[in-house]
Amino acid sequence: MTDKSHDPNQMTGAAMIVRALIDHGVQHLFGYPGGAVLPIYDEIFQQSEVEHILVRHEQGAGHAAEGYARSTGKPGVVLVTSGPGATNMVTPLADALMDSIPLVCITGQVPTHLIGNDAFQECDTVGITRPCTKHNWLVRNVNDLAKVLHEAFYVATTGRPGPVVVDVPKDVQFATGTYHPPRKSDVHVSYAPRVKGDAMQIRKAVALLASAKRPVIYSGGGVVNSGPEASRLLRELVEVTGFPITSTLMGLGAYPASGPNWLGMLGMHGTYEANMTMHDCDVMLCVGARFDDRITGRTDAFSPNSKKIHIDIDPSSINKNIRVDVPIIGDCGDVLADILQVFKAEAKKPDIKSWWQEIAVWRARNSLAYKPNRDVIMPQYAIQRLFELTRGRDTYITTEVGQHQMWAAQFYGFEEPHRWMTSGGLGTMGYGLPAAIGVQVAHPDSLVIDIGGDASVQMTMQEMSTAVQYELPVKIFILNNQYMGMVRQWQQLLHGNRLSHSYSEALPDFVKLAEAYGGVGLQVSKPGDLDGAIKEMISVKKPVLFDCRVAALENCFPMIPSGKAHNEMILPAEASDPAAAFAGGKALV
Amino acid sequence: MNQPASAYFIEDRHDPNETHTLSVLVQNEPGVLARVIGLFSGRGYNIESLTVSETESQKHLSRITIVTTGTPMVIQQIKHQLDRMIPVYRVVDMTLTKRAIERELAMVKVRGIGEPRVEALRLADAFRARVIDATTESFVFEITGNTDKISQFIDLMRPLGLVEVARTGVAAIGRGSEGM
Ligand SMILES: Cc1ncc(C[n+]2csc(CCOP(=O)(O)OP(=O)(O)O)c2C)c(N)n1
Ligand SMILES: [Mg+2]
Repeated sequence: MTDKSHDPNQMTGAAMIVRALIDHGVQHLFGYPGGAVLPIYDEIFQQSEVEHILVRHEQGAGHAAEGYARSTGKPGVVLVTSGPGATNMVTPLADALMDSIPLVCITGQVPTHLIGNDAFQECDTVGITRPCTKHNWLVRNVNDLAKVLHEAFYVATTGRPGPVVVDVPKDVQFATGTYHPPRKSDVHVSYAPRVKGDAMQIRKAVALLASAKRPVIYSGGGVVNSGPEASRLLRELVEVTGFPITSTLMGLGAYPASGPNWLGMLGMHGTYEANMTMHDCDVMLCVGARFDDRITGRTDAFSPNSKKIHIDIDPSSINKNIRVDVPIIGDCGDVLADILQVFKAEAKKPDIKSWWQEIAVWRARNSLAYKPNRDVIMPQYAIQRLFELTRGRDTYITTEVGQHQMWAAQFYGFEEPHRWMTSGGLGTMGYGLPAAIGVQVAHPDSLVIDIGGDASVQMTMQEMSTAVQYELPVKIFILNNQYMGMVRQWQQLLHGNRLSHSYSEALPDFVKLAEAYGGVGLQVSKPGDLDGAIKEMISVKKPVLFDCRVAALENCFPMIPSGKAHNEMILPAEASDPAAAFAGGKALV
Repeated sequence: MNQPASAYFIEDRHDPNETHTLSVLVQNEPGVLARVIGLFSGRGYNIESLTVSETESQKHLSRITIVTTGTPMVIQQIKHQLDRMIPVYRVVDMTLTKRAIERELAMVKVRGIGEPRVEALRLADAFRARVIDATTESFVFEITGNTDKISQFIDLMRPLGLVEVARTGVAAIGRGSEGM
């Protein structure tokens, strides 16, 4: 008989969980306790390698972990209890699935013998989270736990990253079993994401690129996800080819906004030049983006005369919405490296001078123009000032969802990847504040700003308390237009200006609210006071709620109404070509 | 005239639909069928028929056969979406291989006496259906074949006293010596 009591790999399920986190290099864990995870909290209490950040609502833990993941490239880790703890995590899981963010979420579950009995705080966590995770597991035997935890980290972080859930019943947390460190055989043999692109397809792509007369590069969040090297390669490809480049909301920063070939963001609120270049191009190189409806507009009118190359690690992204001519399945970084190598060896920079001349005409329309105002702060101006005054600093930006998000994307110049955290696919109001907390945990000395809206920030405001507790000096920069501005804009443009329930009635006094939490509140409403207040915000070493009162009825332009084509955008009245603005306006009546 | 009060532009799509039979080899683990079915309902795909059973018990492999309809682009999506599920080993579009055999089994209960009963028996014989249960006033026939053949047989039984039918759904396998 062997004596197992001295085997260091014999431990309880709860201890295995903490051990696995350590083995995967996890330094921070966002969570909230409850009955079904108490054994794990007990283990957390007795160690110091993993720091636990206590949030105020499980949704906050999820978004904080997303911000943490996106700003570091490491998986975000969450621990929540069964039942309501798990259901509160559904929004961040769905959010992370849409935006391909690696999350490992551990949920407590009622003891195995009670599963299915409608026990206290029981819910079918794996059933509820199945469609909003990349994969999930219910662990019924403590001896499966190590394998599942290691597989969970592997699945979350490889291939197209995404959220995973490991549901651990309380009796499994108490039970003793055998732990093992991560090893290759922990992973399903059926899971083998493809990283290298097919060499034939890469040659075809290079031939297309080399023959292009009107090319465009359209990059997305996949480039950011692939890691800093992919962004470097993307920049090199732009340099070597001389092609214009645009990006999705999720891909901002992969190519610098100050770069000469930058067209601005594309899509529903993208620039005129980006969308026209997409519409009229003859060769499109899509890198790590997925042709979603906010990008394509009406699909049958999307870039009708181009040959399309699509690089994506997920085969299901290929030909989902738009038929492409040269699909390349693989990691953006690997495929970009191969394309560059072949291009440099066999092709030369195509002459696209006349294409750039056309683009210059589109650029000259100045589609982001807005009417300056001396008395009220224009929201665009507020972002421009925020950008200027934080330029050159080590800054991370998160956002909520709405007009302010789009203005942030349009007017804040992102120079580096991993600096921009926003809820793109799911469009989750309430994302930005907890995401900023996650970013600040990972980068304690950086300047972390959540560009928020008056309605959105109220969805997860309680996390101010977390920020205060952990001395995380996040800056919540609220563009307060006293409306759910984006909803109001759609109602104005598409629903006869019937402003049904989009007014932010009974807003709190954000300054007092900040103070009540133990943070700092600032308010400005005059353009002349803005710079001083922003500087003050930056210098304060505490969490700040910045109530920036902006013009209430400003709309976010350009805009492609959903279901319209790229060349049917509505430009702001201030754009330099009045005919275009008029043509756009006509579409609305 | 009732004009809609809101200005919206919703795209219509009218590509023709095709029917495809997919064979999916999966790890037989809890929840795997729920994942597959959830994919179809969650993404609005059609399931015409679905069969599943463990086929290699030592390796814990199950084979799911799904008959689905959709535009060519949707069918391709379905295959990719299935393929990227963690416990899925392989997805083969049996319809595209053009070398697949498809079979279904049905049990068909018919009640009647006299001439209709004799006629039912005669037709069953013509369709190579076997009698697997009989009373003085009823038969249960077992019939295998492709979906069309079974549907045709059931249609013929209807006026002869069809009571109920149990069908297994389609199982498919490729011709020749190679496995999937
Ligand atoms: C959780 C959630 N509920 C509803 C919506 C729909 N929605 C999109 S933008 C928006 C208004 C946002 O208002 P605010 O935060 O003030 O931002 P603004 O548009 O005014 O800048 C709403 C309600 C959403 N995106 N997320
Ligand atoms: Mg607002």
